[in-house]
Amino acid sequence: MREITYASAIKEAMVQEMRIDKDVFILGEDIGIYGGSFGVTNGMIEEFGPERVRNTPISESAISGCAVGVAMMGMRPILEIQFSDFVMIAMDNIVNQAAKMRYMFGGKTQVPMVVRLPSGSGLGFAAQHSQSLEAWMAHVPGLIVVQPSNPYDAKGLMKTAIHNNNPVIFFEQKGLYNTKADVPEEEYKIPLGVAEVKKEGTDLTVVATGIMVNRTLEAAEELEKDGNSIEVIDPRTLVPLDIKTIIESVKKTNRALVVYEAVERGGYGAEIASLIGESEAFDFLDEPVSRLGGIATPIPYNPKLEKAAVPQVEDIVKKVKSMMNK
Amino acid sequence: MKHVLESVESQFEVFQILNEDGKIVNKDDMPDLSDEDLKELMRRMVYTRVLDQRSIALNRQGRLGFYAPTAGQEASQLGSHFALEKDDFILPGYRDVPQLIWHGLPLYQAFLFSRGHFHGNQMPEGVNALSPQIIIGAQYVQAAGVALGMKLRGKKAVAVTYTGDGGTSQGDFYEGMNFAGAYGAPAIFFVQNNYFAISVPVEQQTAAKTLAQKAVAAGIEGIQVDGMDVLAMYAATKHARERAINGDGPMLIEALTYRYGPHTMAGDDPTRYRTEDLDNEWEKKDPIVRFRTFLEGKKLWSEEEENKVIEQAKDDIKEAIKEADKYPKQKVTDLMENMYEELPHNLQEQWEEYKEKESK
Repeated sequence: MREITYASAIKEAMVQEMRIDKDVFILGEDIGIYGGSFGVTNGMIEEFGPERVRNTPISESAISGCAVGVAMMGMRPILEIQFSDFVMIAMDNIVNQAAKMRYMFGGKTQVPMVVRLPSGSGLGFAAQHSQSLEAWMAHVPGLIVVQPSNPYDAKGLMKTAIHNNNPVIFFEQKGLYNTKADVPEEEYKIPLGVAEVKKEGTDLTVVATGIMVNRTLEAAEELEKDGNSIEVIDPRTLVPLDIKTIIESVKKTNRALVVYEAVERGGYGAEIASLIGESEAFDFLDEPVSRLGGIATPIPYNPKLEKAAVPQVEDIVKKVKSMMNK
Repeated sequence: MKHVLESVESQFEVFQILNEDGKIVNKDDMPDLSDEDLKELMRRMVYTRVLDQRSIALNRQGRLGFYAPTAGQEASQLGSHFALEKDDFILPGYRDVPQLIWHGLPLYQAFLFSRGHFHGNQMPEGVNALSPQIIIGAQYVQAAGVALGMKLRGKKAVAVTYTGDGGTSQGDFYEGMNFAGAYGAPAIFFVQNNYFAISVPVEQQTAAKTLAQKAVAAGIEGIQVDGMDVLAMYAATKHARERAINGDGPMLIEALTYRYGPHTMAGDDPTRYRTEDLDNEWEKKDPIVRFRTFLEGKKLWSEEEENKVIEQAKDDIKEAIKEADKYPKQKVTDLMENMYEELPHNLQEQWEEYKEKESK
């Protein structure tokens, strides 16, 4: 099988769907000849032309509002918000409009749009270009929120997202764009609400999201050397969340840690931790469910400080060890 | 260094056909409407005035919920709508329920909308419209999207959206026009300038002398129209529609109008921010009074005819309220079912719990 990058996997999913379905098109800032800020849409304007790869004015409210309007006309827009941080300007259209249209119109309208959000830290983009805001989106009824951690899932989830008739918020970690993995060229989809057990283990369950899946897998290898057997779960989709797989795992390992890049306070990992605490897994716990997330500051520009602001492999190792040694 | 603001602003003139005394003052732009069309316009305005009065009364009796009074704005709302076709797509603001009704939304559903029942927002097949937007200005960016959709699909139709003077201060107002302009999308943007955004007068809203001139910055045409003149509103809209369909791009139409009543029925008292003199001044410009004078001059209208419309409206409203009362009440499970195309598995449990409660 061929290896392709996370960015190429997302692009391949969009290209394949656009070839099949004339109603699918993409819009966003600099996505044409420039190929998008992270190169995800490179070459697409050459194949599909400017009507279907639509460069927009710098106007996030209009990009998202226009997408809501055009989606209600039966098209299937995929919009790229250049950095997920700019989604603030599009929030009314996502939260008040896209998420609520079907509900308010008694199921008679649908807004099948995909909002692509390049997010996360680690590339030196500083405070206003590096946030992880998935908890905001997961809070809103009516949205679907996905967060692929690898190229294979990115392609399969993008396909699922394009086919879904609800608005889908698609979080892409910028640091993952150049990571490579085996991705089949042919058609496949990743269902919503199905987590993946990335590594089986017996001593402690780590539920990790986005880029933290990769860091946790690295940490697990490290921990293995000291005889700690870690089970790693990637929920892949936050809304809906496959809580059953997580609960089953915790019942087996008796310990649970949630690792996420976003600010720990109020992050989506807090929701996962609560769900574990409220479930039948509670009776199996040897110690309280724990969280490891970002510190409560804006993401620093200084590379050392930037690293310090979000969990790194060694932080995960340290946290797990402290839990195992209790 | 050359300043252009004054010269740009002075270019905007109020477009009028029928003056306050019911006389045609602009024969050149007189639209080609049959006698029957002219009478239909009058019927719609009279009918809508009755609907407004009854809706206010029903609200006070607790039989309707949210309601934004429309009296005074009939020419602006219905004159513009009369120039539209069935295929045109309306994105209204919350005061624009009359256009929806004349676009095909049954009256009982308009009442259910007022009561917050989702069925009020379920547009019947073939009624191309959204239910009223509540967030100020949001319909402008969506209209750009709907218009883009029409263009992409090769439809010979336009997206038509309405906001008020206050809405023009929103970023969405400008972004929507700019987007539609950049894409040459077939959209008509209306501003019904009734001079007060709840209590804030328009001169506190902007330094711009007209709201129509805001089109210039977006590179699209803008026009200021006497919004109490139903013929001018019709003619301006017809013109904007033809341009849009011919691929000449979107247009902004500012209608100068006035709402006689409060902002909404949720506790607004306009005497706190408007004088009686101002109210009286605007009532002299009333769209129905001047059009009646015009039609009577042409021997097309009579008191008898007007009474017939009033009675018809009252009967329809009575029936529609009965029908709204009869409609099944909404349940918690409805809310969940309406939210996603397929219920996510973790909402399924919630749904089952309520389904059981509701069956008892």
